[in-house]
Amino acid sequence: MIANNLKHALFCAVITLVISYPILGFNLVARGVDITLTGADATTLVMVALAALIVFGFQLFRDRIVGTITDITRPGFGTHKEPMEENRRARIESWVLTGILVLALFWPFFVSRGSVDLATLVLIYIMLALGLNVVVGLAGLLDLGYVAFYAVGAYTFALLSEYLGVSFWMALPIGALLAALFGLLLGFPVLRLRGDYLAIVTLGFGEIIRILLNNMTNLTGGPNGIGGIPEPTLFGMEFGRRVKEEGNTSFHETFGIAYSSEHKVIFLYLIALVLAVITALVIRRLMRMPVGRAWEALREDEIAAKSLGLSRTAVKLSAFTIGAFFAGFAGTVFASKQGFISPESFVFLESAIILAIVVLGGMGSQMGVILAAIAVTILPELAREFSEYRMLIFGAAMVLMMVWRPQGLMPMRRIHIELKKQE
Amino acid sequence: MSEASLYFIQQLVNGLTIGSTYALIAIGYTMVYGIIGMINFAHGEIYMIGAYTALIAITGLATLGVSWLPLILIVALVCAVIVSSAMGWAVERAAYRPVRGRHRLIPLISAIGMSIFLQNYVHLAQGSRNIGFPLMIQGGFDFGGDDTFRGSISYMQMTIFVTTLICMTALSLFISRSRIGRACRAVSQDLGMANLLGIDTNRIIAATFVIGAALAAVAGLLLGMYYGSIDPLFGFIAGLKAFTAAVLGGIGSIPGAMLGGLILGVSESMTSGYISGAYKDVVSFGLLILILLFKPTGLLGKPEVEKI
Repeated sequence: MIANNLKHALFCAVITLVISYPILGFNLVARGVDITLTGADATTLVMVALAALIVFGFQLFRDRIVGTITDITRPGFGTHKEPMEENRRARIESWVLTGILVLALFWPFFVSRGSVDLATLVLIYIMLALGLNVVVGLAGLLDLGYVAFYAVGAYTFALLSEYLGVSFWMALPIGALLAALFGLLLGFPVLRLRGDYLAIVTLGFGEIIRILLNNMTNLTGGPNGIGGIPEPTLFGMEFGRRVKEEGNTSFHETFGIAYSSEHKVIFLYLIALVLAVITALVIRRLMRMPVGRAWEALREDEIAAKSLGLSRTAVKLSAFTIGAFFAGFAGTVFASKQGFISPESFVFLESAIILAIVVLGGMGSQMGVILAAIAVTILPELAREFSEYRMLIFGAAMVLMMVWRPQGLMPMRRIHIELKKQE
Repeated sequence: MSEASLYFIQQLVNGLTIGSTYALIAIGYTMVYGIIGMINFAHGEIYMIGAYTALIAITGLATLGVSWLPLILIVALVCAVIVSSAMGWAVERAAYRPVRGRHRLIPLISAIGMSIFLQNYVHLAQGSRNIGFPLMIQGGFDFGGDDTFRGSISYMQMTIFVTTLICMTALSLFISRSRIGRACRAVSQDLGMANLLGIDTNRIIAATFVIGAALAAVAGLLLGMYYGSIDPLFGFIAGLKAFTAAVLGGIGSIPGAMLGGLILGVSESMTSGYISGAYKDVVSFGLLILILLFKPTGLLGKPEVEKI
């Protein structure tokens, strides 16, 4: 047994060396036309050796290590839950949530402008992740081109304001509805496909949208993007120092307070907060409605759901459309926040980040997804020196999550009663 | 010959060149799909790593003062194949084997994670800028035309054709004649039954990943030399194209992958030749979507029966 393990462990260590040493140990440096090769510094080499050693040790004592881990993580047999305990927990949770929401309403008035800006971004990601959660988590349709709907929302607002002078509040429903329409049109033919084909087709669709945005230069500005997107107004009050549009008044003059550029940031944050809360509440309702149950039924067993009389296309299409709708929402807010958009913001990586949020949080679980969105957006900002490792860590985390905890950090829970175990 | 037909032939040659490398990458997708029914999303990255390894080997040999071209190419090829195969093996072991047999989305998400991980691994190690690949095989011969337009096949293109042809023939022989090849076919027909008959299915699955990765490494070296520059992201698009080729030919079918690659390459080069280079990706993705919608089994694929 040990001899067998030893051979395997040696092999794994050698493989580790082979896949890491050539790539990490040599650096290609381009000097003009010539390329030279420099050896990496000693630390990298030590790290490579260390990695091989760790792999060797792990594979050698694999059985023991894995055994210990499963022993630790296995739930104890003695603990059984009281019936209805989950319900009590849900009630406490909803009080806590209300408290957090009230805090979130007043919080921006006491902190710096930068953190409010970041918080707005977090809220946009929460909206996106909640929307994608409907498609991936609840309906089980892997959508890798989700960012396309986000782009539709953002570009709708940008184009409408540039060519027709439409304001944020008009563009918000239009952008969301147009994104939903795109979802419907794409979904109609595509949803007959099996899971993994669907993923690839949506990925292709996302890329097509981005390439089109990049190349229709006279409409979208191509890679240069569209700038000068207006900020939202509050009942016709603008937040700029001077009023840009006729008929509007300015916020600071109406209320007789000094102009501050922070007002605009805070207002945008509040809009994003309200929209995120609306998104969460609407989806929460939908989850408990027949259509939400149908999504999950279809995800769990397509054939059984069909035999119970659910229309596969209608159910999938509703999930797809609703997901796209909220992406359009988020896109409009994003365009307004940035004031400038270009196809650069809508690359596949963005889809992957949103998917990573949903996967890490726990597919289907709203709380989990919201917490994951906060963590994924804020952590790289806190640890700036590690920010270049962000995507590396995302990728690794996605793999590890799938291997060890596919249900996510905070799995979805339904309110239910557990029966006592029979002796 | 008229100029228009020369232009057409030129586009055809260019398309077949690119297409044959797509076919090499597509085989990795199609073999893995045929056996365990999952899309190996990280395959494009393995191809990219092959190209990087080859470039590192070439530059290293140049530093050592080796200048005999065949030796450089062979060493680069061997290095790329070894590193990519090891990578393919490791990826299967770390990211796919533990999730095999679970719900369909789980291996797919794991594969996407792996693809992001590998992209950033190379990005961090080698920088995100694209690096020029030295032009080693230069020249070519003209097959017609006058001073205004000259149709030509470069020696690089011929190298690509010949290498691809050798690889494809070797693969076909390997699959149809060798013991492992026979086991591969058995496993792709019925994994459980093959297991009962004493085939070590885990090993065969690992072998398909290694074979696919080795072919991708060959494609990496060839395309790196052909395009003249590589960057950590170039595997992703190439991977998607190759996947399109695999689907086009019928996923799971090896001759299908070859056919699909050639068709895709030609249609791409025709688009850039006659419409616009900017839209060639749109054409290949559009093609992918249309095939999946109207003929999901591809040109040479077998229809899949849904079992209850």
